Amino acid sequence: MNNDDLLTRILTCVELGKVNRNTPFPPDMKGMDGADELTRLALERGIKPSEILNDALIKAMDKVGQKFADKKIFVPQMLISARAMNASMVHLKPYFQTGEVKRKGKLIIGTVAGDLHDIGKNLVAMIVEGAGWEVIDLGVDVSAQKYIHTIQEHRDAVVGLSALLTTTMHNMRTIVADIKNSFPAVTLMIGGAPVTEQFRAEIGADGYASDPQGAVAYLNSLIHEV
Amino acid sequence: MNRIAEKIRNGKVLVSDGAWGTFLQQKGLGPGECPEIWNLNRAEDVLAIAKSYIEAGSDMIETNSFGGNYFKLSSYNLQGKVTEINRAAAQISRKAAGADHHVLGSIGPTGKLIMMGDVTYEELYEAFTVQAAALMEGGADALIVETMSDLEEAKAAVHACLDHTTCEVICTMTFEKSGEDSYHTMMGVTPALMTEEITGAGAHIIGANCGNGIRDMIGIVKEIRRVNSTIPVLIHANAGIPVYKAGKTIFPENPEQMAEYITVLADAGANVIGGCCGTTPEHIRRIAEIIRNQ
Repeated sequence: MNNDDLLTRILTCVELGKVNRNTPFPPDMKGMDGADELTRLALERGIKPSEILNDALIKAMDKVGQKFADKKIFVPQMLISARAMNASMVHLKPYFQTGEVKRKGKLIIGTVAGDLHDIGKNLVAMIVEGAGWEVIDLGVDVSAQKYIHTIQEHRDAVVGLSALLTTTMHNMRTIVADIKNSFPAVTLMIGGAPVTEQFRAEIGADGYASDPQGAVAYLNSLIHEV
Repeated sequence: MNRIAEKIRNGKVLVSDGAWGTFLQQKGLGPGECPEIWNLNRAEDVLAIAKSYIEAGSDMIETNSFGGNYFKLSSYNLQGKVTEINRAAAQISRKAAGADHHVLGSIGPTGKLIMMGDVTYEELYEAFTVQAAALMEGGADALIVETMSDLEEAKAAVHACLDHTTCEVICTMTFEKSGEDSYHTMMGVTPALMTEEITGAGAHIIGANCGNGIRDMIGIVKEIRRVNSTIPVLIHANAGIPVYKAGKTIFPENPEQMAEYITVLADAGANVIGGCCGTTPEHIRRIAEIIRNQ
């Protein structure tokens, strides 16, 4: 297997959720190395971590996110892909820390105050991380205060707000206003089942996406603008 | 009182109730407040909702216990009150229903995913067992496992209800349109797969709730009927997809708009028809009129 084949193989493992040798699916890859072993091998061979990130992980998660947006796959397939991605990412973490591999940017994400639903927010966090962004996940029931406190420590981050309920989405309005009041320059994006582009415009948030892939597209558009 | 499935076998189409969550919000439930605690401290308001649906012509009334499982109540530090809250929920609805209407004890999802390692099947089964037993103790004659998206969680709940109560067991899942004439839950379950698996688990009545309005429900019922022509089917449809208008979220389908589809839905094979998010006693009154005039 040459280096290109190896990267393609990692891509396939992440796309199909093959975490490691013990992962029983997909059936035709049973007993074979998964994202975990192959990433280690790639690094041993001297393939640059940035190449693994860009040519395998980001491409794989892009495919996964697109299939999800097209309703070709559903939450379970996305979760197993994310698990395989994490198995690979573990080996790249040291290079993020030394700065040898740069991520595209940072996203602070959370489900807004009053709302305890985290499945959608977690999916966005996974896909965004898989797209090469660092994600700071504040969890659920996040107050304006907590967002503001976190932005103080990560002034360059984009902020993502999630809500599932038609009631709690209205909390986004005050949270967006409070954050903009403290940090007028910060970019705020919102999402969640009841949220719409019209609602985004009305409450003065900067971005809206209807699915995780849309969130990635929006985030990436911010870099290209610079 | 005959069981619901019995009445359906005798050829009746039955009317169920409408929304609870959006109704509680109208009565002042704040975002972030636990709806189920109202069974203990705002019981009169909960009773008023239940009564309004009975008065509108519903044959059955749910209980205010959708999030009354151990996991959801833990978020409000109320995990010690699972039995108390669910028993009270059923008592309130029984009070409104009297002896001649059905009380459906509502059992919603936990918000935890087995496949994420959040929780095990056994833990879910245990949580649903405690909830189901308390609902029956409070006076529910049927239990409705609803808004499910994951088959394993739905099955854990159905088995818990069957194993630990003598109630009639209903199970509905929430589907979204995923293509021309295809529907899936968030976890990828089709109406056909649900029908096989949930009927196989032993549920007496199956169906769909919430989702994107009553029009989609027609396609969902047709798919269920393609694989099973006899299992009783219950539908609780939203009043359309919520839209945002002038600072408020509203569900756009008024009773008349929803009413247009009732006959088609019954003809497609639905045996019990009621509402979910955004529906009101007015919606149920119209649905009841149409069904009873058939």
